[in-house]
Amino acid sequence: MTTEPVDELKPHPETSSLTGTPILEVEDLKMYFPVKSSGFLRRTIGHVQAVDGVSFQVRSGSSLGLVGESGCGKSTTGRLITRLYEPTAGRIEFDGRDIANLSERELHPLRRDIQMIFQDPYTSLNPRHTVGAIVGAPLAIHKVVPKDKILARVQELLEIVGLNPEHYNRYPHEFSGGQRQRIGIARALTLQPKLLVADEPVSALDVSIQAQVVNLLQDLQREFNIAFLFVAHDLAIVRHFCPEIAVMYLGKIVEIGDRETLYARPNHPYTQALLSAVPDVKQAKVGGRRERIRLEGDLPSPINPPSGCRFRTRCPIAQDICARVEPPLLQVGPTHKVACHFPGEVGKHPEKPITPRLLGVDDSGMPDLAAGPATDLPTGPGYSDTWFDLEHNTMGRA
Amino acid sequence: MTLNVSELESHGTDDLVEVEGLEQSSVAGRSPMQLAVARFRKDRLSMVSLFFSIIIVLCAIAAPILVAAGVLHPNAVHQELLGNDGVTPKGGWSGVSGSHWLGVEPGLGRDLGARLMLALTYSLAIALTATALTVFIGTVLGIVAGFSRGIVDGVVGRFIDLTLSFPQTMMLLALSSPAVLFLRTTMADVPGFGVLEDRDRATGLYVIIILAAFGWPPVARVVRGQVLSLREREYIDAARLLGASRFRLYFKEVLPNVWAPVLVYVTLLVPAYISAEAAFAYLGVAIKPPTPTLGNILADSVNYTSADPWFFFVPGIVLALTVVVFNLVGDGARDALDPKTDR
Repeated sequence: MTTEPVDELKPHPETSSLTGTPILEVEDLKMYFPVKSSGFLRRTIGHVQAVDGVSFQVRSGSSLGLVGESGCGKSTTGRLITRLYEPTAGRIEFDGRDIANLSERELHPLRRDIQMIFQDPYTSLNPRHTVGAIVGAPLAIHKVVPKDKILARVQELLEIVGLNPEHYNRYPHEFSGGQRQRIGIARALTLQPKLLVADEPVSALDVSIQAQVVNLLQDLQREFNIAFLFVAHDLAIVRHFCPEIAVMYLGKIVEIGDRETLYARPNHPYTQALLSAVPDVKQAKVGGRRERIRLEGDLPSPINPPSGCRFRTRCPIAQDICARVEPPLLQVGPTHKVACHFPGEVGKHPEKPITPRLLGVDDSGMPDLAAGPATDLPTGPGYSDTWFDLEHNTMGRA
Repeated sequence: MTLNVSELESHGTDDLVEVEGLEQSSVAGRSPMQLAVARFRKDRLSMVSLFFSIIIVLCAIAAPILVAAGVLHPNAVHQELLGNDGVTPKGGWSGVSGSHWLGVEPGLGRDLGARLMLALTYSLAIALTATALTVFIGTVLGIVAGFSRGIVDGVVGRFIDLTLSFPQTMMLLALSSPAVLFLRTTMADVPGFGVLEDRDRATGLYVIIILAAFGWPPVARVVRGQVLSLREREYIDAARLLGASRFRLYFKEVLPNVWAPVLVYVTLLVPAYISAEAAFAYLGVAIKPPTPTLGNILADSVNYTSADPWFFFVPGIVLALTVVVFNLVGDGARDALDPKTDR
């Protein structure tokens, strides 16, 4: 293992927003969708483990990016936060209050604070309602503005998102995709939320429009101090938008960290594979081919996920221990956690698993009575000020 | 909430330019329904059918007024116009003349034109009321079933199956006299329902109830099917996220989107109910003479197929025309509302 200057692991000035107070704290969130048999009785024959024990924080006015391939549970996580689904287990603490199991009635006042921008601007706007009715609906439902003032507020919002305020009486089909997404953003802004869940807000848009909409979201975030949970599969956009990024695979977070660390020194083989798939303009200019990590096989079924580490079936460095023990989400830097038995940069993965001592198993994953499980493993959704130093195989401290 | 707009112009200009290129007069948007109306107006056959159906409706509205004004005499007996046998009208062609444009009835010599006009009033009133009731029951149950799924959906679904498998003609015949009697006595005693003492009104209401009670399942099925796909749209999630009430989700978000198929169903249901009423009359359970309906005139005319063919054909043609014209309007409405389907 070659050594890297330790100072580089210090938080980058730009990631200082990672120290803000968390507005949303998610802990061990689980969503299992029952799979029913066909036929009259419709017995439950299994569960789709769409989200299985996800923990993270979103800080006030900051944004967390959630990336991963289709079906990894990132949209489900977004929908759990907005409580479109009720989680199977776990805690969703918003503004100091656990909202995971609140009833619809108890949620009603909180709906103002958590809003969502949807992926598809073609189905997220009711085709039979005018733009004014769509953007004004939140005001009417929550009765925050008297009826005769709604129009003025709607026009103000349309102007904020860069649409002509005179168009309040038009219908969605008269707008382009980008304009429709702006309408969706205006609707989400209407109640001045503290947290916006953006579920792939630009992936249905033209590439030329994507930048406009992302910039608009950034301006709005700065102006109104909105926290974002930004769900996306486009790594470039997430990198542009989010100071903190979590990578999901098959319902679990495999790596989470500040943007700079994650993009410069990813430690999980899945993150490395994802990043190696992003075309690099600088590389193209220099010439030559970059090493691309190709993942074999398909995403396993979330109904019956692989034992141990879920990524092991496609992992280039998997060993016996990966099938036996699930790797914990281990903090390996000040703002960097990774769930792998062999964390390390590309080509520098350790030969021996680093986790056995912490989990009380031997190197092949069999229970080892000699090494009792460590109790000082930093857990929880946030970052601890102690972490496991990969260089020296010891606990580090900030 | 204020924001320096110029700050955003760098990202917003493209959209604004495109929008400013439009004429100011076209600022007001056209709803999907308005677009459908425009398509309907382009279709000549639909417009002609609409024209005739409006004339038919106007006739139906005018008839009771003209009767009250003494212009039409649907019940005036003209024995002098009948021939020596006392049944067939004089001069063939059912005695068509300047004062009796469509001739007179055999047997009593009542003016056929006046009776047909008034018959339209009764038949259309029954058909339209039954349609409204059918659509109301079907739409509400369809939306609720499609939206809630689970147990509610199952119950409504079995209820639909039960209704469809019910021998409705048998029930119609068996229940007709006790039901009408019930309406005329027990119901008429309830304050506000005194009008039901009249035999024609009670019978009419019975026909309406039967038509609606057995007519709603197809509407509910169509609506439920639509709602099943609509409820997965993101705008429903968006409304839910805003904390919209169930009522708002059902009737403000979903209902406007199921109007199109329902409207088509309405225009096809009206002619179906007109002919159903005629069939009931033939079975003897609809409103009875002397009050005219298309059904009872037609039922009567069947007795004179050879003796007075004109009297046999005229009511049949009026019924057929009414049904065809309303059907064509319905077809046109379907094409206009859903331009993707070809006929």
